[in-house]
Amino acid sequence: MANLASNFVGIKSPNPFWLASAPPTDKEYNVRRAYEAGWGGVVWKTLGEDGPPVVNVNGPRYGAIWGADRRLLGLNNIELITDRPLEVNLREIKAVKRDYPDRALVVSLMVPCQEEAWKAILPLVEETGADGIELNFGCPHGMAERGMGSAVGQVPEYIEMVTRWCKANTRMPVIVKLTPNITNILYPAEAAKRGGADAVSLINTINSITGVNLDNFAPEPTIDGKGTHGGYCGPAVKPIALNMVAEIARNSETADLPISGIGGVTTWRDAAEFLSLGAQNVQVCTAAMTYGFKIVQEMIAGLENWMDEKGHTSVASIVGRAVPNVTDWQYLNLNYITKAHIDQDACIKCGRCYAACEDTSHQAIAMSDGRVFEVKEEECVACNLCVDVCPVEGCITMVQLEAGAIDRRTGKTVDPEYTNWTTHPNNPMAKVAAE
Amino acid sequence: MADTAPKPGIAAGRLAPEDYRANFSDLHPPLDSHEAAVEADRCYFCHDAPCMNACPTSIDIPLFIRQISTGNAMGAARTIFNQNILGGMCARVCPTETLCEEVCVRETAEGKPVKIGMLQRYATDTAMAAGRQFFTRAAPSGKKIAVIGAGPAGLACAHRLAVKGHGVDLFEAKSKTGGLSEYGIAAYKTVDGFAQAEVDYVTAIGGITVHHGKALGRDLQLASLVKDYDAVFLSMGLGGVNALGAADAEAEGSDDAVEWIAELRQASDPASVPVGRRVVVIGGGMTAVDAAVQSKALGAEEVTICYRGPQSRMKASAFEQELAQTRGVTLRTGMAPKRIIAESGKVTGIEFDHGGETVTIACDQVFKAIGQTLEARALNGAAATVELAGGKIKVNAEGRTSMAKVWAGGDCATGGDDLTVTAVAEGRDAAESIHRALGAASH
Ligand SMILES: Cc1cc2nc3c(=O)[nH]c(=O)nc-3n(C[C@H](O)[C@H](O)[C@H](O)COP(=O)(O)OP(=O)(O)OC[C@H]3O[C@@H](n4cnc5c(N)ncnc54)[C@H](O)[C@@H]3O)c2cc1C
Ligand SMILES: Cc1cc2nc3c(=O)[nH]c(=O)nc-3n(C[C@H](O)[C@H](O)[C@H](O)COP(=O)(O)O)c2cc1C
Ligand code: SF4
Repeated sequence: MANLASNFVGIKSPNPFWLASAPPTDKEYNVRRAYEAGWGGVVWKTLGEDGPPVVNVNGPRYGAIWGADRRLLGLNNIELITDRPLEVNLREIKAVKRDYPDRALVVSLMVPCQEEAWKAILPLVEETGADGIELNFGCPHGMAERGMGSAVGQVPEYIEMVTRWCKANTRMPVIVKLTPNITNILYPAEAAKRGGADAVSLINTINSITGVNLDNFAPEPTIDGKGTHGGYCGPAVKPIALNMVAEIARNSETADLPISGIGGVTTWRDAAEFLSLGAQNVQVCTAAMTYGFKIVQEMIAGLENWMDEKGHTSVASIVGRAVPNVTDWQYLNLNYITKAHIDQDACIKCGRCYAACEDTSHQAIAMSDGRVFEVKEEECVACNLCVDVCPVEGCITMVQLEAGAIDRRTGKTVDPEYTNWTTHPNNPMAKVAAE
Repeated sequence: MADTAPKPGIAAGRLAPEDYRANFSDLHPPLDSHEAAVEADRCYFCHDAPCMNACPTSIDIPLFIRQISTGNAMGAARTIFNQNILGGMCARVCPTETLCEEVCVRETAEGKPVKIGMLQRYATDTAMAAGRQFFTRAAPSGKKIAVIGAGPAGLACAHRLAVKGHGVDLFEAKSKTGGLSEYGIAAYKTVDGFAQAEVDYVTAIGGITVHHGKALGRDLQLASLVKDYDAVFLSMGLGGVNALGAADAEAEGSDDAVEWIAELRQASDPASVPVGRRVVVIGGGMTAVDAAVQSKALGAEEVTICYRGPQSRMKASAFEQELAQTRGVTLRTGMAPKRIIAESGKVTGIEFDHGGETVTIACDQVFKAIGQTLEARALNGAAATVELAGGKIKVNAEGRTSMAKVWAGGDCATGGDDLTVTAVAEGRDAAESIHRALGAASH
């Protein structure tokens, strides 16, 4: 039986599923119920410095995009950090941690970019018995205008400096939460590492406008006729988050930096993908906000089942398994040749592959009488578009040509040897190297 | 309160008012906008969609469904009406299970086609409820066309001709417009006076003058129409009924199904329509099913459809047969009528030959639904001859008859099944053909 127990920078939890810092973790009532539902840990909703709390807008905070059947694919918010008094949050954190010692409880923090401010809050958090802190350098709206959140997260030097202050002023593990609203995720990750961070967590939300109200021409969500960019999250952001996690995991300078994977985790499968790309645990927000706390039960059962089926005994044994297979484009094997193949028994004859390939790609699918769709191997470049647009999973597959077979598109025999762009005759750089 | 003891013989008012209401309510209640959105999301937007090819009027189904899914039901209605101005009626009466929905790829994939008919109704209802018209007339052409019969074929033809700027005189023998939409289609398929609402919607284009009570062969002669008009379109449906012949009896309770259905459709209250306590319907098509189901809906206790051939040859679709059975109608096949039995001028039963054996079913009323026929007399009254084929007016692919300046379509003409949607397609296509011919003639 697979063991889901997780140890993230010394913080133990019964499973690797944590709730990300957000409304689900904004108060004692929620966090107790989350633990009861099975969540392994939580990152408490971001706390600010002592004093009058921030205020939120009183109109809609969220915008969304949907897929078929109004399935929520992407959520956007213009919420700020907690708007409840600091002492109330601290009192609740202490009470919850006392009652759930086996669960992870990390406190997210965002205070002004001055050492005094951090020095003031860290002992208060430590006193609650919390397991660690997460520095919120990611919030893309509202707080950045005040010189916090992504305003800090977009300047590597600030990340390094604040991380160093925290490490100097607390014994708790420090997790630095990264904003994706930058050009290269390695800069902030490396800065966190230089500052002494115990780990990074990513991604926070992405700058976004989810839509425009076409009656009054205002961005959504709309407050009294105006709107502003908000932070985007949910299933739609998963590919962006996976890539950023992988980049950090395979970068030599940050390869040993523990990662908490966040962004669109909705099922056990998403979680397993984050883990395999180097995250040691995952954090979840939108899936819980969409379906409630119970969703974690599917994640736990699904991950366990998959691990049992595949013989993976511990979470640690999955972490990073896909990292060695993430490479640069130039190293991909150009002698790996596949062709699309349509399973005529599974085909429902919708013709979407035909429309896609004929209109927008390589005219490699033939449509004949009786709505029979077949791949013309002599035209197929193996782009995979037909597979992606086919509504029946598994109906169209990419079949590898054996070494020695003839690629009917190029007329060449398939070479068993690995070859890539770096040595390809059409590559001007390759020629330079050869000369 | 209805009597507890069932009324013997043929009688009206067998049921309580709420039963009538329930029995004659909408067969498929319309989708609300949420249901429509969910259903529209199921469409795959197929390439060269099979549904579109299966529709006799070739409505661009993937396009109109996508328009619904993007919140543009009005645009969806336009897409539908472009091809089929009676899209509202077709959405209600088309046997979609043997047309568009039969070939839906989701039928192949999971045995549940996209509910195309229901979505079509959603879109057309939206536009009609808003009184939204999508067509304007072209400048008057000065041409005049006589259309004979104001059923689906005649209306579709008249509308398309009006769009092209031609003037239409629509001659109708009956006192109401609509043909079988008004007099034939089962009441629960077109509730709340939809047939007349649709007639108003179609004729609102203008340029169509309806003349009620004018019958070809009685009040009008084809020979003079071809002189007085630039073209004539014949769309008088199948006015005659096949006779049972020797097996029939001159007795109270031996009734023609189509006539009885018309009476029911025209009744202001179904409670006023008499029906037998025990009813036998002879036939195997849509008319037989409709007569049987509506007899049951009126409170007949025992209703049996008796079809001569095997079940596989019944014209009523599987859906129709199932509807009959779920509504409590008994279906018997291989039953060839031998003799209607009457006592003192009233039907008491009917005898069948059932594989050599004589089977008698006791009943108070027999409905004959063994097919309608063309009343060809109306055509040849003025010695102008129109060639027939298989008892129908022979037409070519464009709807032209053998007679110059005369086109025909719908049930009265050859080609296609006897369905509302086929009538619409033929009426529309004949109008296009007439328009082309008139254009060529004026050059
Ligand atoms: C009981 C019944 C149920 C049906 N149910 C369905 C169904 O569920 N779905 C479906 O798709 N189809 C159904 N049909 C078939 C459908 O109604 C017809 O195919 C369709 O109405 C044919 O249209 P049409 O315009 O050709 O003829 P009709 O609708 O028959 O219209 C012909 C018109 O011409 C008039 N007319 C006749 N003779 C003359 C004359 N000499 N001069 C002037 N006017 C004349 C008639 O009064 C009538 O108004 C049903 C038919 C019946 C009988
Ligand atoms: C309404 C809302 C409020 C959030 N508030 C915070 C916050 O206070 N601090 C923080 O670090 N992240 C905050 N986030 C970001 C989430 O913690 C998380 O990084 C992001 O939603 C991506 O994960 P997901 O795709 O599972 O939702 C918030 C997200 C949402 C939807
Ligand atoms: S893989 Fe690409 S090129 Fe090949 S058939 Fe599919 S869509 Fe066409």
